[in-house]
Amino acid sequence: MSAATLSPATVKPAPLNADDVRIGPRATLRHIGALTRRNLMRIKADPESMLDAVLVPIIFTVLFIYVFGGAMFPTRAQYIQYMVPGLLGTTGLNLAMAVGTGLNSDFQTGVMDRFRTLPIGRSAVLLSKMAAEMLRALVSFTILITFAMIIGLEIKTDVLHLLAAVGLSLMFGMSIVWISMLLGMSLSSPQAVQGVSMLVIMPLQFGSSIFAPTGTMPGWLQTFTEYNPLSALADACRGLINGEAFSHSVLIVVIWSVAITAVTAPLAVARFRKRT
Amino acid sequence: MNRNDIAPNDRGLSGTNAVEVRGIVKHYGETKALDGVDLTVRQGTVLGVLGPNGAGKTTLVRILSTLIKPDAGTAFVGGYDVLRQPKQLRRTIGLTGQYASVDELLSGYENLYLIGRLLDLPAKQAKARATELLERFSLTDAAKRPAKTYSGGMRRRLDLAASMIGNPKVLYLDEPTTGLDPRTRNEVWDEVQRMVSEGATVLLTTQYMEEAEQLADALTVIDKGKVIASGGVAELKAQVGGRTLQVRPVHPAELPEMARCLHETGLTGATFSADTGLLSVQLTDDEQLTAVIGVLGSRGFGIAGIDTKLPSLDEVFLTITGKSGPTDAVPTLEKEAVA
Ligand SMILES: Nc1ncnc2c1ncn2[C@@H]1O[C@H](COP(=O)(O)OP(=O)(O)OP(=O)(O)O)[C@@H](O)[C@H]1O
Ligand SMILES: [Mg+2]
Repeated sequence: MSAATLSPATVKPAPLNADDVRIGPRATLRHIGALTRRNLMRIKADPESMLDAVLVPIIFTVLFIYVFGGAMFPTRAQYIQYMVPGLLGTTGLNLAMAVGTGLNSDFQTGVMDRFRTLPIGRSAVLLSKMAAEMLRALVSFTILITFAMIIGLEIKTDVLHLLAAVGLSLMFGMSIVWISMLLGMSLSSPQAVQGVSMLVIMPLQFGSSIFAPTGTMPGWLQTFTEYNPLSALADACRGLINGEAFSHSVLIVVIWSVAITAVTAPLAVARFRKRT
Repeated sequence: MNRNDIAPNDRGLSGTNAVEVRGIVKHYGETKALDGVDLTVRQGTVLGVLGPNGAGKTTLVRILSTLIKPDAGTAFVGGYDVLRQPKQLRRTIGLTGQYASVDELLSGYENLYLIGRLLDLPAKQAKARATELLERFSLTDAAKRPAKTYSGGMRRRLDLAASMIGNPKVLYLDEPTTGLDPRTRNEVWDEVQRMVSEGATVLLTTQYMEEAEQLADALTVIDKGKVIASGGVAELKAQVGGRTLQVRPVHPAELPEMARCLHETGLTGATFSADTGLLSVQLTDDEQLTAVIGVLGSRGFGIAGIDTKLPSLDEVFLTITGKSGPTDAVPTLEKEAVA
């Protein structure tokens, strides 16, 4: 054969993977399964990483109900009904932000290099992270609701509405996962990812209707909270659990989730492809 | 032959080369990590890649593993193009990178099992393979402990085991035994040799000349992103310095006198050491050897023993990398392949 046609000058960037084998959907599912198992085993090996999922809902509930609750509402029971549904939404957000930290540390430790030399689809790594995070979120939701019910939360509708609230929070959380992944792949260390995540979460969380009705806030803040998707999410969950109107806020949350995913998922995948 | 209509199983291959690299270039800003590297590794052999720190060895290995893309050039591994057929290529290779890539939180066993599963081994087989490799790399006792509790050498071995799970046809080892104790190093060499005897092809980078001599069938020395020498171990040695003649006189006291006589007859390059009791002469050809013995014999010096020595690979390495400049005067020993 002639080497001349292969000299560097004549080599064009190949038509991408034109004749490369595809990895079938069943194989990809198996890979996602194996990687999700890995992610869960990591949690088992480092139970402290579950602390945020387990303790944060309890601490937030206790803190707000017993410390601030009395000041904001005539009765504690009323505040429980007001705040706990909102907490559902923010729990998903908090956990979603952990994905980026995990992804970042995988890149740092070279584990990602190992995965990238294996014949697996790149999506398997991302999807397995989401799957594990989803399970973590479900644990967290269960703890939050159980604990809240012990101290007096009343599901005024039914289980289906409660599940809808959980599902909505999960959906919103999963759209935030893409942002978290972007941060995880853009910043230099897991600590940086954590720090920036906090900077994103804090204002969103407290500049919303989750913990207090927005009526007493200054005008500019009210505008912010109005457009803050977490407010809509809190309102939607409240409606679903307390048997009040919810369709409008549910719609807003769905729109937000779809919009965030539509913008950030392609960016995250592109970035992931570039780094892999 | 047109590049685009090559049949699947002789794509860019002469049939016996497991790895073919042509004109690979990779620049990082001003740094020319690789600046037009050509090399081949014949099927079933071990190529040792030598070079000082920063020569571009790791960059080369990462390109051949599809971890990074070259700026220019082509490379085929097992007949697959690194740029166009990364997935098929990944089925062919195993990589132990320079830095450990194990999951610290998982146990050694779980690390290997995971990789087995990702390589599409059925659960049972993945389990058996993990257990077998842990045994071979003396990690059975630590199999259930998280990898973060492993010592550096244990991690290294786990990493090596991980790269062998799928019985890859081509194995890349980037400084595989750096930081290993001598006994463990021998164990790793045994495993590598075993893979080769089972038909694997190995591309190995190393800083240990002993390792290169033990394992490699051929060597390529790169420096500043360029191949500056390549060939068999003996070829490189012969090329660099020729041999050294060592003469052990009956009377060590005569050493200075012997050296002086040689100088007088024009045989320069003789040195002696009172400590070792040896007279050493750098040889450039065989006639010199005869001449030296002739001179010493005719002057009546008693000779107790003579020996000739090839330079050590360390000396070869230092000589080659020491004189490598920006020139194109590359001493190429391996003239085959590229044509
Ligand atoms: N990601 C990167 N960004 C910038 N420069 C890089 C990068 N990777 C490698 N280099 C540079 O490319 C050159 C070759 O590096 P490489 O790691 O391939 O060397 P090496 O031969 O493996 O060295 P060592 O023996 O120290 O492992 C070095 O000058 C290095 O600084
Ligand atoms: Mg290196």
